[in-house]
Amino acid sequence: MAVKEYTGVKKAFGPLIVLEGVKGAAYDELVEIEANGKKRLGKVITIDKDLVIIQIFEGTAQLSLPNTKVRFTGKPLEVKLSPDMLGRVFDGLGRPRDGLGEVVSSEKRDINGLPINPYSRVYPRNFIQTGISTIDALFTLIRGQKLPIFSGNGLPHNELAVQIARQSTIKEGEFVVVFAAIGLKNSDVRFILSSFEGTGASKNIISFLNLASDPVVERIATPRVALTVAEYFAFDLGYHVLVIMSDITNYCEALRELSNYRGEIPSRKGYPGYMYSDLATIYERAGIIEGKEGSLTQLPILTMPNDDITHPIPDLTGYITEGQIVLSRDLHMRGIYPPINVLSSLSRLMKDGIGEGYTREDHPNVASQLFAAYSRVQEVRSLASIIGEEELTDVDKAYLRFGESFEREFIKQDFSEDRSIEQTLDLAWKMLSYLPEEELTRVSKEQIDKYLKKVK
Amino acid sequence: MEAKVVKINGPVVVAEGGNFVINEMVRVGNLKLIGEVIGLDDDFATIQVYEETSGMKVGEPVEGTGNLLSVVLGPGMIGSIYDGIQRPLKFVEKLSGGPFIQKGIETFPLNTHKRWKVEFLLEAGDTVNEGQIYAQVKEGAIVHKLMVPCGVNNKKIVERIDKSELTVKDYVYILEDGTKLGMYQTWPVRIPRPVKKRLPESVPLITGQRVIDTFFPIAKGGTAAIPGGFGTGKTMLQHQLAKWADADIIVYIGCGERGNEMTEVLTEFPKLQDPRTGKPLMERTILIANTSNMPVSAREASIYTGITIAEYFRDMGYNVAIMADSTSRWAEALRELSGRLEEIPAEEGYPAYLASRIAQFYERAGYAETLSGKRGSVTVIGAVSPPGGDFSEPVTTHTKRFVRCFWALDRELAYSRHYPAINWNTSYSGFIQDLRAWYGENVDEKFPEYRDKAMSILEEDGKLQSIINIMGEDVLPDSQKLVVRIAKMIKVGILQQNAYSAVDSYCPLKKQFLMLKTVMDFYEKAKEFVEKKVAMSVILKEDIVSKIMRMKEEAKTEEDIMEVYRLVQDHFKSVEEKYRE
Repeated sequence: MAVKEYTGVKKAFGPLIVLEGVKGAAYDELVEIEANGKKRLGKVITIDKDLVIIQIFEGTAQLSLPNTKVRFTGKPLEVKLSPDMLGRVFDGLGRPRDGLGEVVSSEKRDINGLPINPYSRVYPRNFIQTGISTIDALFTLIRGQKLPIFSGNGLPHNELAVQIARQSTIKEGEFVVVFAAIGLKNSDVRFILSSFEGTGASKNIISFLNLASDPVVERIATPRVALTVAEYFAFDLGYHVLVIMSDITNYCEALRELSNYRGEIPSRKGYPGYMYSDLATIYERAGIIEGKEGSLTQLPILTMPNDDITHPIPDLTGYITEGQIVLSRDLHMRGIYPPINVLSSLSRLMKDGIGEGYTREDHPNVASQLFAAYSRVQEVRSLASIIGEEELTDVDKAYLRFGESFEREFIKQDFSEDRSIEQTLDLAWKMLSYLPEEELTRVSKEQIDKYLKKVK
Repeated sequence: MEAKVVKINGPVVVAEGGNFVINEMVRVGNLKLIGEVIGLDDDFATIQVYEETSGMKVGEPVEGTGNLLSVVLGPGMIGSIYDGIQRPLKFVEKLSGGPFIQKGIETFPLNTHKRWKVEFLLEAGDTVNEGQIYAQVKEGAIVHKLMVPCGVNNKKIVERIDKSELTVKDYVYILEDGTKLGMYQTWPVRIPRPVKKRLPESVPLITGQRVIDTFFPIAKGGTAAIPGGFGTGKTMLQHQLAKWADADIIVYIGCGERGNEMTEVLTEFPKLQDPRTGKPLMERTILIANTSNMPVSAREASIYTGITIAEYFRDMGYNVAIMADSTSRWAEALRELSGRLEEIPAEEGYPAYLASRIAQFYERAGYAETLSGKRGSVTVIGAVSPPGGDFSEPVTTHTKRFVRCFWALDRELAYSRHYPAINWNTSYSGFIQDLRAWYGENVDEKFPEYRDKAMSILEEDGKLQSIINIMGEDVLPDSQKLVVRIAKMIKVGILQQNAYSAVDSYCPLKKQFLMLKTVMDFYEKAKEFVEKKVAMSVILKEDIVSKIMRMKEEAKTEEDIMEVYRLVQDHFKSVEEKYRE
């Protein structure tokens, strides 16, 4: 296809430029913009006869209307794919950032991908052991799942993500981590990358970095570039891939900014009405496909503005993802790491990936019992705060004691502590042993005999 | 003059030239993407395209098809999974050459190779009228009836095909005017299929879920909404209803939801048995999957595709239930398209016609006498996903206006793992009076009365809980403590139901009644003894209470519950004896 080039732009504002007199532009195609000797990338977002609106990933700073050259490439934004990408660092659009030269490959793909046919999916049910008790026992991560971390500013979500990635052992197959930094601070990126150094994981990491100081619009492309590479490793090369994307909040902010420039009618809090669909085109790229060996598991991280779980970003995310791990500022203040809020967290896929043949036979009942007991703890605590602890019944006092130990011994663990699922479940029984046996209504008599006696 | 694309804005495309009608199905661009004309202005047609328009250019052709956006209705739909515009995803996989859905795929919705053994019901010389059943084939768990299309009246059959095993492309009869009655018919999705007359809804759709059947029942032909924030169990409940509702056909629409949820249905349903027919559940299920990452305009269409298929089976005289998960995603698709059309928004960016569209959809539900004189129904159960779990948002409030059952899911209940997390204080059913007679005649004449009593206990408990939260349970007099304890029995022992339990996942109506009776009669007796100042610990004897709480799981037969019931009676007898002493 002939490449067309135009000089001169009619209008430029925010990250957008408008061209007139363009023939044969294609919707969504990639354009190269040259100004002041520097190249930028953009894509066509609206065509109206010969009028074309282009969104520039690097923004329009220092662009002049007459001297800007625009080349239409006739293809969408693509990323080159090669097995040699392992261990490399790229920018938010997939260009090398580590000085090791271009990726050499003839395999190129549109970063937007195509929707996975629901008929071709395999329902995920293989347990990933993260070595973190709260997650393994109560919010089990399943291979092919998308399980976000809902965090807040200043909470240790980066530590948790790193710990999950480092400790995640799968029973078979090699494990690749794809890390997409979306508008992250330099220090966060340094922490995450350095945490993998010296571990076996470092050569199996592919990073795509859009830092806080990098162009905002580029953030729209970063997760898509990362996921295109992740899909290639998972479904073409057969690896089990874990994608860590941080911070989705920055992504949504970029989306809002762009929508605003485009003059679109906003929905809640100024975010565009299509944000749900847009986020879905990212999150739904997780999964397992019939006849393919690998899997794509997503661990997106988002910081809830003002710790508000009903804010559109966590809200729409929660509607798409298969559960959520919510971090609690309260636990964090009390020095408990990982500060996972047990009652508002959830893993939708765990029901089919735990129990006999997957983890351990008592796992579903133990998890259910822990939830029930811990939710009772909250009631007792609020009652105790009014009438005083002395006034509580003996059973309620036992619940208080259980709650305290559960948080201090079960939830709390060290950044480098890696517990096996057996250790985790035994520890869970130890916690339950603080309660009178009659209260354990969600576990069976046989299980009490088999496991409770062991830990007592 | 050939129409050409002049403007592209995501899924909305404007074409110049051509001679289209509103709602006409068109083929857009070189890839022949499927689209629908939604606006005409002079020489320009605004088209909503059901696939991604990336790569499309100005000047590409737009072809009219002369047909309205329609579905194909005939044998072979049951057990299938379709996208929002009825493309079978199984064939889409083949034609895409892999698991990723390619653009511009065209495929016939029914399997054209399969041979169906046809039972002919008419002969040459017979006269046919619209809606009349002329032949039938066995499909899955039902008999698929072939009906004379609308508009064909008073015509004589002149010929019958001379084969008994037909494919869907074959004709069955030829009429005097040359019209062929085939194996399938088409119907435009946005137009409701006609019935002879609407009938009142007076038979319940039995779901096996206690909180629904006992407390907030829905009638066959009724409408219900399930609103709930994320993680409150909407999809879980929809799956439970799709599994156990006593409908002949289930149409499950995954509208803008997760891909894995559809996969779950596809993997699980063929293995599960319909408790009434003993056949795999998949043999009565049709799936429409337009997941959240599939094109947004096809999501808008998926709801209509689903309900049109449901109406078709209703017309054969079947009871059909539709699960739409989630109608909020459909409303959002409307909003997105409305925004692209630069319409003036009403509340929260939604178009002003949101309410009327919701009304049109739910009004297609109903219990009816069909054109052929049979009785059939379409029950619509729509999930609603209110942003931030806030029920005052436009989709929830408008939906509330047009449905008769409201099963409100509650985040607090879900957090404490009380499932199904239907809040008994904010939910309601408009069918309670209509169904009273049925419950009285078919289950037990005391059922409605017990239900009302249980509801009033729950209501009183709601008030007492606010006192307990401040001062603890000890300040209450025994009579009120008893209400709190009985309410707990109802909540844990009856309302909570474990979807993963083999015993408890489906609870037969009779068992529901006996469980309720056990608890309520316990209450009546206990009340007497509380009045006589017997100690609470004696009345609420630990092992008896525990038996009642566990009977949902441990009492497998009606006889087992009667056994619990007798234990309760014995318990009170011994209390009485002790008290006399």
